[in-house]
Amino acid sequence: MSAIESALIDVQTRPTLKLICNDFNIQVATVNGSGSQTANTVLMRSLFQMGIPVSGKNLFPSNIAGLPTWFTIRVSKDGYVARRENVDILIAMNPESAREDVTMLAPNSMVIYDEPLNLGSIRQDLFFYPVPFDRLVAPVCPDAKLRRLVKNMAYDGVLAQLLGIEMAEVERALRKQFKRKPKAADLNLKAAQAGYEYAAEHLAKSDPFRVQRMDATRGKIIIDGNTAAALGCMFAGVSVVSWYPITPSSSLCESLTEFLHRYRVDSQTGKATFAIVQAEDELAALGMAIGAGWAGARAMTSTSGPGISLMAEFAGLAYYAEVPVVIFDIQRVGPSTGLPTRTAQSDVLSAAFLSHGDTRHVLLFPASVEECFRLSMEAFDLAEEFQTPVFVMSDLDLGMNNWMAAPFAYPQDSLRRGKVLTEEELNQLKEFARYQDVDGDGIPYRTLPGNGHPLAAYFTRGSGHNEKAQYTERPEEYTRNMNRLARKYETARGRVPGPVVDFNPKAEVGLVAFGSSHWALVEARDRLRSRHSLETSYLRLRAFPLSDEVEKFVRAHNRVYVVEQNRDGQVHDLIRLEIDPREVVKLRSVRHYDGLPITARTIVKQVMEQEDIGEGVDR
Amino acid sequence: MSGRTNRIGLEFSVYRGSKTTLCAGCGHNAISERIIDAFFELGIPPHRVIKLSGIGCSSKSPAYFLGQSFAFNAVHGRMPSIATGALLANRNLLALGVSGDGDTASIGIGQFVHLLRRNVPMIYIIEDNGVYGLTKGQFSATADAGSKSKGGVTNVLSAIDSCLLAVELGATFVARSFSGDKKQLLEILKAAISHRGTVMIDIISPCVTFNDHEGSTKSYSYVKDHEEALTEVNYIPHYENIEVEYDPGTTVAVRLHDGSEVRLKKLESDYDPTSRLAALVRLHQAREKEEILTGIFFIEPRTPDFIEQLNLVDEPLAALQQEQLRPSPDVLEEIMEELR
Repeated sequence: MSAIESALIDVQTRPTLKLICNDFNIQVATVNGSGSQTANTVLMRSLFQMGIPVSGKNLFPSNIAGLPTWFTIRVSKDGYVARRENVDILIAMNPESAREDVTMLAPNSMVIYDEPLNLGSIRQDLFFYPVPFDRLVAPVCPDAKLRRLVKNMAYDGVLAQLLGIEMAEVERALRKQFKRKPKAADLNLKAAQAGYEYAAEHLAKSDPFRVQRMDATRGKIIIDGNTAAALGCMFAGVSVVSWYPITPSSSLCESLTEFLHRYRVDSQTGKATFAIVQAEDELAALGMAIGAGWAGARAMTSTSGPGISLMAEFAGLAYYAEVPVVIFDIQRVGPSTGLPTRTAQSDVLSAAFLSHGDTRHVLLFPASVEECFRLSMEAFDLAEEFQTPVFVMSDLDLGMNNWMAAPFAYPQDSLRRGKVLTEEELNQLKEFARYQDVDGDGIPYRTLPGNGHPLAAYFTRGSGHNEKAQYTERPEEYTRNMNRLARKYETARGRVPGPVVDFNPKAEVGLVAFGSSHWALVEARDRLRSRHSLETSYLRLRAFPLSDEVEKFVRAHNRVYVVEQNRDGQVHDLIRLEIDPREVVKLRSVRHYDGLPITARTIVKQVMEQEDIGEGVDR
Repeated sequence: MSGRTNRIGLEFSVYRGSKTTLCAGCGHNAISERIIDAFFELGIPPHRVIKLSGIGCSSKSPAYFLGQSFAFNAVHGRMPSIATGALLANRNLLALGVSGDGDTASIGIGQFVHLLRRNVPMIYIIEDNGVYGLTKGQFSATADAGSKSKGGVTNVLSAIDSCLLAVELGATFVARSFSGDKKQLLEILKAAISHRGTVMIDIISPCVTFNDHEGSTKSYSYVKDHEEALTEVNYIPHYENIEVEYDPGTTVAVRLHDGSEVRLKKLESDYDPTSRLAALVRLHQAREKEEILTGIFFIEPRTPDFIEQLNLVDEPLAALQQEQLRPSPDVLEEIMEELR
């Protein structure tokens, strides 16, 4: 009798327990640095290859090795990919965290644990499966050092047996993972098989969880947001990249380095059509990108909160001197060093107004890996069109975790390089003033260093300047230039990606979210409708400055909840600043800020609490 | 002067900038004049040159020379990163950075050392007067220990020697000069223009307003009294006859990137300007003896510069078109297939 068959019988004998198919949360608790990442990826891919929607989230410490780390795989037949609080299946491999991990579980959860941890007696209301992993793996892997890594693969096998994951898919996922190391693949496969066979022989299935093949992932890809953004940068034609390592942004430039070396080296000469520099700090990283942007390259840097703080002065220079540059902020938890390996959306206000004086920036908010790809390309176009820094506001959850997506579409539009005058054009124009608003849209024309026309050169500076880029302290010249910059910003308002609105004519309540909060919000809306009969409309912001659509949306509803992952309701406040003051009373705020990705439950709970209190509450 | 043209047919006035707003007699103005002379005499097209600076009196000076060259006045101490980025974007540009002692040795020391370490192909001039002029006379990190400020305060910290740092950290052309030494400064600047790699020139440039008094070690009279030329610099451009003979016993000739030659007549018989170690030793000795050594201390034209290290295509990255910048649909499809 297979484990699944025995489970069916067991469930039938416990009438209160319904079979739970393709709808649960797996959490693997291991020690950081123990090599569980591969086993977890293989597990997630196996489910994905069976056509079942999955999402994986790595909750890891700021540490090289030794501290507890958790990997969560959400299996959701309905396609929900946000984090869910409840763990249904725990794989307890870490002696440090095991007891607490088990204590946190809801009744009827299932626990696979390393036998020596002896967890089975802690609670009576769980399904326990002890597995002697070391003993199990010893015959397939005599090398004790390697065994520490390989034993992780054995829990994949055990789980495959208990849940009904097809071993053929485990093998396929594993071979993909060890593409260039067939020997390692064989060894790991043996460990997985040992786990699979052990479970069949020694574990009696009694829990309600199982998987069943679906067809919901066909043709899809799995990718993390940083890799997707790196792809976007390459297809945007980036040519100068300077960066400084910082979690959680490093993997963006590391992926980009790999892609560029693979696809952007001239096949004839073997020479690079790009320059990537690991700078000495974030100040230099942005400085180099600005220098390159000024000289006409598509230039970028990537960082996280602490780096954004360091970049403040240069960001103001690029705004005021009008130099295109793209800055990725893969947000993590602040203030200060904060929680370096945890997620947040708490840099929005500081990025929007980064630097002293009247400085305002363009921000883009990708919500998905697909948008990490597409909005990265858009960022380079906008930066050159508006001759200004453009911030792509991703976060750790989006950037470092794996997400399913439809394959990315090749960009149809040509690169938009903005208003750049060539020598020939200057010959015809016969006059040029760098900061003159020729077209009335606030966007001046620029020339690039190396342009040989005698009129082309100008003096780029962060000090006060007039239309001709000459130093000035004259009040009217300073004011005229600042007003033009404001005009340029207004032009940007109409050209940045607009919000995505799902307008529900029956709804009194509107929801606003952005970035990675999107996925929990989608799930929360379904729950608000099904469990609380609350109809909602939804506006997903994709950029700052805010589109006029935002005010329209607020106007069309009685109460509007702004959902975000920070303590202070930063986007809530931005919206307050920008809409008709009479509409402001409608705004309410949903805030999540514990370092873990936001969940549907948080949103539903906070919305319902405020709905119950009634109208007129301004939080 | 008007009407005088150079070897590419440009008038002298083309190389001028706007009128200086620095103090009358400021050493920086003399340096601007030598820069104008050097670029004019070598016939460098102004549009090939980018002028870069940080913040301070020195950093204002790019407005006062080469008015037809692009310029970038960066933030305080951060000019090296702007220059590096611009050169990555367009490798054909000839970058001339002008900084000050505060801009380099205090707030900008981090970017300065990494510029040197990378051997970024540019000329980096420090207009060195030992004080902050725009903020009215505070000591900088190149002020010598024991030097007195105008207000009578004695500096107790020892000076950072930018030449020592530059030799140590990888610059391939290191020199010191004096704004008052017209001939030497001009020859060094011309050699600098022909060199490929980081050229670091520390130019003592007295501040007539805040640091030209008795007790200052950066005043005109002090520098004149203590200047000690280590090498005599003679520059022979590639378009002139290089075959003129010299005595290899007393002179070291170095062939530069553009085919020009710089001849360094050794004023001390055992000094080898192609040895980093010799330069370090001699600079340390000068420090002990309180000499102000000038001349080219070290030159090494063969080390690959930063652009070469990165193996960039010959065409400026900024000039690449969409076909070269955006990979084909097949590439995207290949990557998507790997992710399925």
